[in-house]
Amino acid sequence: MIRLLATRLAGAILVVIAVASFGFVALRAAPGGPLDAERQLPAEVRANIERAYKLDQPLWRQYVDYMVGLAHGDLGHSMKRPDSVNTIIAENFPQSLQLGLMALGFALVFGLLLGVGAAARQNSWADHAAMAVAVVGISVPSFVLGPLLVQWFAIRLGWLPPARWQGLSSMILPAVTLGMIYTGTIARLARAGMLETVRQDYVRTARAKGLSERAVIWKHALRLGVLPVVTYLGPATAYLITGSFVIEKIFQVPGLGTYFISSVTDRDYPVLTGVMVFYCLFVILLNLVVDVAYGWLDPRIRGAP
Amino acid sequence: MSAAGEASVTDTTSGARDAWRRLRKNRMAVACLSLFAAIVVFCLLGPLVAGWLGIDAAAQNVRLGATPPSARHWMGTDPLGRDLLVRTMDGGRIAITIALLATSVALLIGVTWGATSGWVGGRLDEAMMRFVDVMYALPSTVFVIVIMAVLGTRSIFLLFALIGGINWLTMARLVRGQVLSLKHREFVEAARGLGVRTPRLLARHIVPNALGPIIVYATLSVPAVMLQEAFLSFLGLGVQAPRASWGTLIAEGAQQIVVYPWILVGPGLVMSLTIFALNFLGDGLRDALDPHTRKV
Repeated sequence: MIRLLATRLAGAILVVIAVASFGFVALRAAPGGPLDAERQLPAEVRANIERAYKLDQPLWRQYVDYMVGLAHGDLGHSMKRPDSVNTIIAENFPQSLQLGLMALGFALVFGLLLGVGAAARQNSWADHAAMAVAVVGISVPSFVLGPLLVQWFAIRLGWLPPARWQGLSSMILPAVTLGMIYTGTIARLARAGMLETVRQDYVRTARAKGLSERAVIWKHALRLGVLPVVTYLGPATAYLITGSFVIEKIFQVPGLGTYFISSVTDRDYPVLTGVMVFYCLFVILLNLVVDVAYGWLDPRIRGAP
Repeated sequence: MSAAGEASVTDTTSGARDAWRRLRKNRMAVACLSLFAAIVVFCLLGPLVAGWLGIDAAAQNVRLGATPPSARHWMGTDPLGRDLLVRTMDGGRIAITIALLATSVALLIGVTWGATSGWVGGRLDEAMMRFVDVMYALPSTVFVIVIMAVLGTRSIFLLFALIGGINWLTMARLVRGQVLSLKHREFVEAARGLGVRTPRLLARHIVPNALGPIIVYATLSVPAVMLQEAFLSFLGLGVQAPRASWGTLIAEGAQQIVVYPWILVGPGLVMSLTIFALNFLGDGLRDALDPHTRKV
């Protein structure tokens, strides 16, 4: 177990170094730096700013500084705002995290209900209806679904606020929109997994000893049937939390995604690369946790390196 | 199936014919194939037909402004008075072209990477697959956004090259697995014994036999790639005006949703149908090409 953790950790550190180096190269390769903006700066002011951001140092020196800073948890400083990248992340990431987790919760609950329910009544109208919902979830892109949900539930019916991130009711629409595609995928995975499981002998045994159908499906078959869903959760979580740019834009969520996209138009390259490094770090850590959790759940994996 | 047994090892036609027969029996897959073909024809020929009718996608008519769907403008018009049906067709042409090109890029890299890795094996295989594992775990769209931002261009060429450049990982894994399972089969040994060189061996014997899963996965990655392009265009980081893709049209629609909901509905519907058709065509192809894993 400790060996597994050590190898994974070493690998993760190498990947972070690679990503950070890519970030540094991107930072230096960027054309039209933030200093040659609208107005021409006097030479002394320019030199002062360059010194402040250490742009006057040789390249290798900048690289070393950048990496040392990173090792100390310093992701850099915005060139457009008086904030460090760390502050920006600390202020904006919690909203993205919350949105992603809510979407994941919705996708998991709704997807499992649809998938397992459909499998329990295979080929009935309920099965077809559930799969139709799953298909819509997979086929309709979130940026089409989101505005349509706003139009219906916020504008026409007036049940929920259309945007902004104030109070639980304003989080429902963005979370549902973001979670919908995963709902579809989870429903299909769960249905296929359950259909395979209910044909197994131990399920027949459970039925034969007179358990109710509900107990057979939800207690016995479910454990094995949802395994495909469990393996899908790792990547799904990563993408839900780091891929909510579009949803944040549609619903005006003050999250990190919004900030990331606006730093592209602002040409705020330190924020751009800093957030990129942070996203990668987050996903790598998440995968590490998932790996360890699997090792803990399934003793067969523990010994392997 | 006796025909398949008698066929020479490189002859995949009988297998393909079987698969085609199975695909044709799958009503869902046939419907999806027809739907996708119809959408492609619609997007390619639509603007021509509209041109004959005197409707030009770029022609503005500010006095007309945004109008709901009508007999003359089936999907309505946008605030500049442009016909949305024609704009949707135009956007589709770009979206589908980029998706197909990006998938080809992914196919090329993925097949080459996977075949090399699986064929050579050993340390190289391990290193190449470790690289795939690492890339697989990272949020690749973030890289695309950073590269687009840093290069400061929004060129369509770069767009599909980058999208293709991050979508080959699964293909590489898949092809490697196929190559590993085919590498020590008798017909490959026989060909090698006859003195067939490695590149030819891969191109004529290995890859054609792995074609089924490759086709299935390529079909399934077209909608995924299409979504990625639309996603970037929606954020203003992809296709730029005056060109329009479904992503940019939907972005306009999303902004006007409260006042002019139909601006979103047209392109959104056509794009959803396309993604739907390609996903289920891919599922149908999987069932047809690999009868053993048919769904229960």
